Amino acid sequence: MTLISQIIFVIVLAVPTYLIVKRIRQIRANILRGKALDRNDNSSQRWKTMLLIAFGQKKMFKKPIPAFLHLLIYVGFLVINLEVLEFVIDGLLGTHRVFAPYLGSFYNVAMNFFEFLALGVLVSCVIFLIRRNVVKVPRFTMPEMKGWPAMDGNLILIIEITLMMAILKMNAADQVLQAREVAGYHETGKLWISSALVPIMEMFDTSLLILTERGAWWFHIVGIMAFALYVTYSKHLHIFLAFPNTYYSNLNPKGKINNMDAVTTEVKSMLGMPVEAPAASPDEIGRFGAKDATDLSWKSLMESYTCTECGRCTSECPANLTGKTLSPRKIMMDTRDRIEEIGKGEGTEKSLLGDYITKEEINACTSCNACTEACPINIDPLGIILEMKRYVAMEESGSPASWNAMFANIETNFAPWKFAPSDRFNWADDLKNDKK
Amino acid sequence: MSDQTINVPTVAELQAKGESPEILFWVGCAGSFDDRYKRVTVAFTKILHHLGVNYAVLGPEESCTGDPARRAGNEFLFQMQAMSNIQLLDIYNIKKIVTACPHCFNTIKNEYPDLGGNYEVVHHTTFLQGMLNEGKLKITGGDYKGQKITYHDSCYLGRANGVYEAPRELLQSLDADLVEMKRCKTKGLCCGAGGGQMFKDAEKGDKEINIDRTEEAIGTGAKVIASACPFCMTMMSDGVKNKEKETEMQVKDIAEIIEESMGQ
Repeated sequence: MTLISQIIFVIVLAVPTYLIVKRIRQIRANILRGKALDRNDNSSQRWKTMLLIAFGQKKMFKKPIPAFLHLLIYVGFLVINLEVLEFVIDGLLGTHRVFAPYLGSFYNVAMNFFEFLALGVLVSCVIFLIRRNVVKVPRFTMPEMKGWPAMDGNLILIIEITLMMAILKMNAADQVLQAREVAGYHETGKLWISSALVPIMEMFDTSLLILTERGAWWFHIVGIMAFALYVTYSKHLHIFLAFPNTYYSNLNPKGKINNMDAVTTEVKSMLGMPVEAPAASPDEIGRFGAKDATDLSWKSLMESYTCTECGRCTSECPANLTGKTLSPRKIMMDTRDRIEEIGKGEGTEKSLLGDYITKEEINACTSCNACTEACPINIDPLGIILEMKRYVAMEESGSPASWNAMFANIETNFAPWKFAPSDRFNWADDLKNDKK
Repeated sequence: MSDQTINVPTVAELQAKGESPEILFWVGCAGSFDDRYKRVTVAFTKILHHLGVNYAVLGPEESCTGDPARRAGNEFLFQMQAMSNIQLLDIYNIKKIVTACPHCFNTIKNEYPDLGGNYEVVHHTTFLQGMLNEGKLKITGGDYKGQKITYHDSCYLGRANGVYEAPRELLQSLDADLVEMKRCKTKGLCCGAGGGQMFKDAEKGDKEINIDRTEEAIGTGAKVIASACPFCMTMMSDGVKNKEKETEMQVKDIAEIIEESMGQ
C-alpha cells in the first residue's frame, strides 16, 4: 500500500515538473525572440533594486492596505513552502510528519506559525475576492479585464483559499487522530487555528478521519503542483519573474529615451561626420521601431510575462483617466498575448500594432511616466509605446498630420512652430526697450 | 525692478570679444516664440542680471533640441537637431547650461551624452534654489506672503528627473502658503502636453487632461498655480480660461514669481 502511494506520489511530482520545465523553456524562448539590449551593467545597483522593489515590495506600499494583504500572501507563500518540503519527503519515503520527532517542541511552534500564515493568506485572498467582485475596485473592472483576465484573477485567489483550507482541515483531523492515539500520527502539540475545526472532526469515526486527513494531504500537494503549472499560463508569473524583471530594471532617469544607434550611423554620414564601423552587421537592424512583438527588446517581452494585471499603471495614466482608449496595462497584456501567439507559430498574418494595439492608443500617450512610476515591479509600458511611435513615424510616415507638420516646422524653422528662425531672439527687444 | 536697459549678451558677441560665458541660458522654442512664455524668459533674464551672473544666450543660433520629434517617434529628425546643436555648443566650448524648459533640460542633460554632447545642465528652479541657498538671491516676500499657491509638477522635471524640491523650496522662501494638490510629486498628474501632445489635438476621450488638472488646482483654493514648464503653463492657463477663473486665479512660472519678489 505505502509503495503504491509512493509511486503515485513520484508521478504527481514528476508529471507537473516535466510540464512546468517544458513551459518555462517555451517562455524563455519567447522572451529571447526580442531584440538584444544590454542590461548587465552596474550589478550592485541592480541587486539593490531587486532587493528593494521585488523582495522588499517597496513600491507596493504606496497603497498600504492592499500592500499589507499582499505581504501576508507573499510571506505565506515563501514560508509555507517549507512545509511543502516535509510533504515531499513524507511522500517519497512514505512517512508521516517526518520532522516532528526530530524538532520536538519547535515543530509545534513552526506548525502554529504556518497555520497563522495560512489563515493570513486565506483572509487576504477572501478580501481580495471581495475587492474584485463585490466592491469592484475600478482598476479590476476596466474593459481589458473582461472575460479571461477577470476569471484568471479570481481562479488564482480561489485556488489559494482552497489550498490553505486543506492545510487547516488536515491539521484538525490530525489532532483528533493524535488524541485517539492512532498509529503513525505523531504528537504535534496543540495547533491553535485548526483546533477551531476539531469539534467538527470529533464527530467522525477514525477511518473517515484518516480518509479526511489523507485526502487533504493529497489535495494539498496535487493542488500545489497543479497550481504551479497553472501559474506559468496565467498572469501570476510575477511571483517568480518580479525578481529578474526588477534586476534588469531601466536604471536611467525616467525621462531618458534610448538612443537608436542605427540612426546615429546614418545621421552622421548624412552630416559628413566620421562614422565608426558599426558593431553589429546591418542586417541585424531589421526595421526602425516596433510593428510586432519580436521588434521589441527581450526586456519588454519579459515585462509582458511579468505583468500581473494589477492596473496601477492604468489607474494613474492621464490619457486613460480622461476616457482615451490607451491603457498601459492593455499594452502589456497585448504584448504577451501576441508573443504567445508568435511562439505557437500562429497568426502569421497579424502584428502587434494594428491587430492588438491601435494607433489611437499609442498616440494618446503623453510620455509622463505615471505608469512606470506606478508599477510595483518596474514594468515600462512607455518603452513599447515609444517603439511603436517610432515605427509609425519612420517606416510608415503615418504619424498624425499635426505631428508631421511639427516635424516639417523643426526641419525648416528649427522650432516646432511656424516661426521664422530670425525672430527667435526678438524677445530680448522688450528688455532693450524696457517694456516691462 | 530696475529701469535700466538690459542688453542680453549672445555667445557669438562674447566670442568676438574673446570671451565666453560661464553659463549658457538655453531659452528654448516656447521661451523664444510663445508670447506668454516670452515673459518668463524676460523675468529669468532680469534675475540673471540682478544676480550679476556671467551668462549669454545663443540668440538666433539656438534651435529646437529635438525633444518633440523624438517623443513623436521621429528619431532621425531628433538626431539631426541634436547633432547640430552639439556641434554648435562644442564650437562655443559651452560647459554649463541653464534652461527654463524641463523638456530641453531633460533632452540636453540625459539624451545628448549618447550623441557626444556632455554638459552640466540645470533647470532654472534648481539654479535659483542654488542662488537662494548661497545667499545671493534674496527674497523680500512681496505680494506672495501668506498667499495660497499650489505647485503643478512638470513630468519632465519631477518623475523624469526627480526635481521635486527646488521649486517648492523657492515658493516656501516667499512665506507663501504652499498647498499641495492630492496628486503631487511622484503622483503628479500630467498637464496633457508631454510626449509631443502639445503639437496635436488629444485623442478621443471624455475630458481634456488639462481640465482635469485645473479642476484639481482650483480645488485647493489657491490664488496662484505655480508652474515651471512652458507646456504646463499653456495647458494650465487654457484650463483656467476654460473654467472662467481668470479673475480669481493666475498661472505663473516660478521665475516670474521670484522676479517679482526679489530684494533690490
